[in-house]
Amino acid sequence: MLTFVARRLLHAIPILLGVSMLVFGLVQMIPGNPIDLLLPPEAPPELIAQMTAAYGFDKPLHIQYFSWLGRTLQGDLGYSIFTGAPVARELMSALGNTFVLAVPAALLGFALGVGLGALAAFHQGTWIDKAASAFAITGVSLPHYWFAIVLVVIFSVTLNWLPAQGMGFEGLPGSFAEARSLVLPVVTLSLIPMGVVARVVRATVLEVLNQEFVATLRAKGLIDREVLLHVLKNAAPAALAVMGLQFGYLLGGSILVETVFNWPGSGNLLNLAIFRRDVPVMQATIVVLAFFFVLVNLLVDIAQAAIDPRIRR
Amino acid sequence: MNALHDVATEFPPQADLVRPREVESPGYWRQVRNRLSRDPVTIGAGTVLALIVLSALLAPLLAPYDPYQGSIMTRMKPVGFEGHPLGTDETGRDMLSRLLYGGRVSLLAGVAPVAAALAIGGTLGVVAGFFGGLVNTLIMRVTDVFYAFPSILLAIAICGLLGAGLVNTLISLTLVFIPPIIRISESVTTQVRAYDFVEAARASGARPMQLIRHQVLANVLGPILVYATSLVSLSIILAAGLSFLGLGVTPPTAEWGLMLNALRQAIYIDPVLAALPGAMIFVTSMCFNLISDGLRGAMDVRIRT
Repeated sequence: MLTFVARRLLHAIPILLGVSMLVFGLVQMIPGNPIDLLLPPEAPPELIAQMTAAYGFDKPLHIQYFSWLGRTLQGDLGYSIFTGAPVARELMSALGNTFVLAVPAALLGFALGVGLGALAAFHQGTWIDKAASAFAITGVSLPHYWFAIVLVVIFSVTLNWLPAQGMGFEGLPGSFAEARSLVLPVVTLSLIPMGVVARVVRATVLEVLNQEFVATLRAKGLIDREVLLHVLKNAAPAALAVMGLQFGYLLGGSILVETVFNWPGSGNLLNLAIFRRDVPVMQATIVVLAFFFVLVNLLVDIAQAAIDPRIRR
Repeated sequence: MNALHDVATEFPPQADLVRPREVESPGYWRQVRNRLSRDPVTIGAGTVLALIVLSALLAPLLAPYDPYQGSIMTRMKPVGFEGHPLGTDETGRDMLSRLLYGGRVSLLAGVAPVAAALAIGGTLGVVAGFFGGLVNTLIMRVTDVFYAFPSILLAIAICGLLGAGLVNTLISLTLVFIPPIIRISESVTTQVRAYDFVEAARASGARPMQLIRHQVLANVLGPILVYATSLVSLSIILAAGLSFLGLGVTPPTAEWGLMLNALRQAIYIDPVLAALPGAMIFVTSMCFNLISDGLRGAMDVRIRT
């Protein structure tokens, strides 16, 4: 197991290096000179040359890349062109706000997804299966930014039960009243993982149910609930893999939902940075989100191997 | 003469029992068609989708008004308003006409990136799976890097950095879908490559290109295609999502995501009207998902993503 973890960790290093190169390369592809974004068009040439040197843009690309990588690894993500504040501080608080949404959304989506998927598989072909499957496919087909608006229309505009946008607290919600602003974004975000997990769990549980050991368990006289436990344990690695991916999507993909609800998370930060052409913020947000995505997948791989020794080849 | 006939001639009394019946075994594609024709959900979804595609294609003939011509006199009219069956938008343009024209861009942005990714990613994946070794390592490690980004983040990053516009949307979504298609193609090709019939063809002197064309492609195209159809729905949602964020097509283009964004403030005035473009995205994406599920079942494809 330790060798597996070590190998998997080593495997993540070239991927992260590749990610950093890709992001760096993408930023180089931005049309125009980055200095033009900082200075007014009528700036004197000496000033332009001075700024270019200060930012290191006059050095060869690979030198620029390595110095950027070195600073990033030390936690120095640069300064926002727009606000002048250190990017690391802005990003940390935004990421915290995204986690406040993503964690409950993931828990809700996964719980519903596993429940629906297992229910559908155990009642294959019945109306229960059909209803659960229809619910799941709706979850993956809904444009969630639209669903968010529909929820706002129903629960904020018409019923006036929940706030339409904004985050009613800082850090973590202190009371039920403060947590109300969480409800709509969390429900919206949980839809996609719910649908995806339900579909994968249904397919995997059906596959496991067809294996011979299940017939043996039944022949031994185990009741359904005991059989269910064995089956779920066998379906867990596949379900875990999907959950890891989905959690990563929640972190990186909540940008649309954060925009609708005006939630001050990392997605919103990225969106603002794009429209302000704030390159350091863009670069840092993308790299850090990708880093979390790789980390989550790494943890999932390790968890899978812990459950199913066959994976530790 | 097959083995059963030999047995039958050796043991005449049992001949009637073992003689194979003259059943015409239906070909694979006929089986697929038969299964599909007995699947009301897939047929229903296919019909709805065909109607959406047709109405988008025939938009110039069907649209009652110019989708870009508004009038201050007819702003924000509700669904069912006289002369405007689906109402009008915030600048008085006819919603029905805009939804019809919007389908063109939204469908294009949904299907074209997947098709392009299928051509590029499918080729790379089959090559990686078939040749293995260094080629495989090279292609798959680069794929791993792209895989380290959640799909929407990658699309937003590329669009955000390259700038808004339809072409950049298509490029970014194509790049998003290439890695997953490479992964699936590589994994199914690796499986097929190990089959005996491929080995047999190789032993009888087939060259790599011949093997890929005759033995490999025939067996991997089905699963890869089914997987690609499942991506179209995601592509439609992402493309409209990019426009919704202001990173996709630019105003005044009629496109469902952009229309949804423009009508966002209208939810306090006329929620039904504001919900229409999103409902179109939802229905279209649902149809693609249902068809993909139906195809997967009918073609008996099992894909592990």
